[in-house]
Amino acid sequence: MENAIEIHNLTKKFGDFTAVDNISFTVRKGEIFGFLGANGAGKTTAMRILCGLSIPTSGGGTVAGYDIVREPEKIKRHIGYMSQKFSLYPDLKVWENIRLFGGIYGLSDKEIASRTRDILSGLGMEDVRNSFVDSLPLGWKQKLSFSIAMIHNPRIVFLDEPTGGVDPETRRRFWELIYEATSGGVTVFVTTHYMDEAEYCDSVSIMVDGRIEALDSPAALKEKYGAENMDAVFRMLAGRAKRGE
Amino acid sequence: MNAIEVHDLSKSYGKVRALSGISLEVENGEIFGLIGPDGAGKTTLFRILTTLLLADEGSASVNGLDVKKDYAAIRRQIGYMPGRFSLYQDLSVEENLEFFATVFGTTVEENYDVIKDIYSQIEPFKERRAGALSGGMKQKLALSCALVHKPSVLFLDEPTTGVDAVSRKDFWNMLARIKASGVTVFVSTPYMDEASLCDRVALIMHGKIIDSGTPAGIVAKYPYTLLSAKGTPMYPLLKYLRGKEGVINCFSFGAEHHLAIDSSVTDARKILSDMTEAGFKDCDVHRISPGIEDCFMNLAGENVRK
Repeated sequence: MENAIEIHNLTKKFGDFTAVDNISFTVRKGEIFGFLGANGAGKTTAMRILCGLSIPTSGGGTVAGYDIVREPEKIKRHIGYMSQKFSLYPDLKVWENIRLFGGIYGLSDKEIASRTRDILSGLGMEDVRNSFVDSLPLGWKQKLSFSIAMIHNPRIVFLDEPTGGVDPETRRRFWELIYEATSGGVTVFVTTHYMDEAEYCDSVSIMVDGRIEALDSPAALKEKYGAENMDAVFRMLAGRAKRGE
Repeated sequence: MNAIEVHDLSKSYGKVRALSGISLEVENGEIFGLIGPDGAGKTTLFRILTTLLLADEGSASVNGLDVKKDYAAIRRQIGYMPGRFSLYQDLSVEENLEFFATVFGTTVEENYDVIKDIYSQIEPFKERRAGALSGGMKQKLALSCALVHKPSVLFLDEPTTGVDAVSRKDFWNMLARIKASGVTVFVSTPYMDEASLCDRVALIMHGKIIDSGTPAGIVAKYPYTLLSAKGTPMYPLLKYLRGKEGVINCFSFGAEHHLAIDSSVTDARKILSDMTEAGFKDCDVHRISPGIEDCFMNLAGENVRK
């Protein structure tokens, strides 16, 4: 079976600095893949390449079946992306945000209308369709932002620290949304600073100084490093980092 | 005299009530944590206490000085590290530090012993522009700048947000040393696990303090019997447990689920046998003590229901 992501010997240099140092990994279709690392380990650089926003210095691979060097534009159209820092336009209404992103991804008016109905009823947000996104509670914004990232039915969605700063219950409800999405076959690639969330992933990779130091299921990683939880695994590996941020 | 006193403080921005009737006391020389998610009102409270914003109602004092009347005196006695990077990007490390020292009418040399522990780690890079520093080094510089005038109370607004688990631990070790030098530390964080590193904490949500006290004291007040449950597959198990009689709530906590139960209706043994019977594999259920995160979720839930 084809993998959602296949990366071979990926390297990205900025001048003398090797931000991503010869990494290789695969993400299976339908799995939740946790992409962890200390600040400055090279996660953001690697993620930008996977999302078609940056071209590697050497190495290559595919995301959603498209070549990361030759077809970055196709990758952008076929993946979903959500970040806690930026996703929705606060000064647009709920339906306007859906309309905008539907348009950006090239959906027809008819598709947008039907997707809008699906999203609003799926989230129980019909009553706030005319509210400005700014006025919504953070938990709602987050769910809406996730649904909008999936508006074009991407086969893989990238979530960049999706739960930063939200309250503990909302954080957990969000992961339940992720589980629902993967049960429908979507592949999820997620970064987080909450180590309990690493336990929710099928596979976890830990980047240290530009390289992938460990990649396995949380259970296998805990066993390998004799650690009680993923927090301890992370500290053991990321604590060895030589370079600053 | 307490380092910080807050009585019935409220603040609204238009229709949005950022703080509603907050009261708390921070004792001299302690690390006091204000713990809650984004949008809970943490930064608003920091801005009022650091005299940058006026409350609508209520009163507050720092070192016995009123935040409104005595704002000028307070500013000389406190150090403040805002959530957003607060330094001058185009000045060097050394220039930033000298600037902050000068503003407070002192010199780096005079108070070098106060910042030495932290500043010595970035001193080798003192000629580098602040904008070109790594995140961890920026944080150390910002902390040095907030301490250079020898404040008696240090305000740190979300110093560890977006910081990885290893660097967060380093930062808390620095705070312990600052506390040991006699400075009162008032720190906010969205990370519940940092509560155990504070002497006392206040949990804040939707502009209200939902509980405060020592971390152990808050945990002791948890009203239910809490169980940890494991079984394969985990997500269907979560939904299964939520539907069971006597289960008050159930949430995932890393590799296990935590469920609050009504012990007059059910117990660990019954839940375990039901799970096994329902076909879940590798099952384990046992009683655990709650953590601050369990308490926060329970209190936040109660607050919404009220």
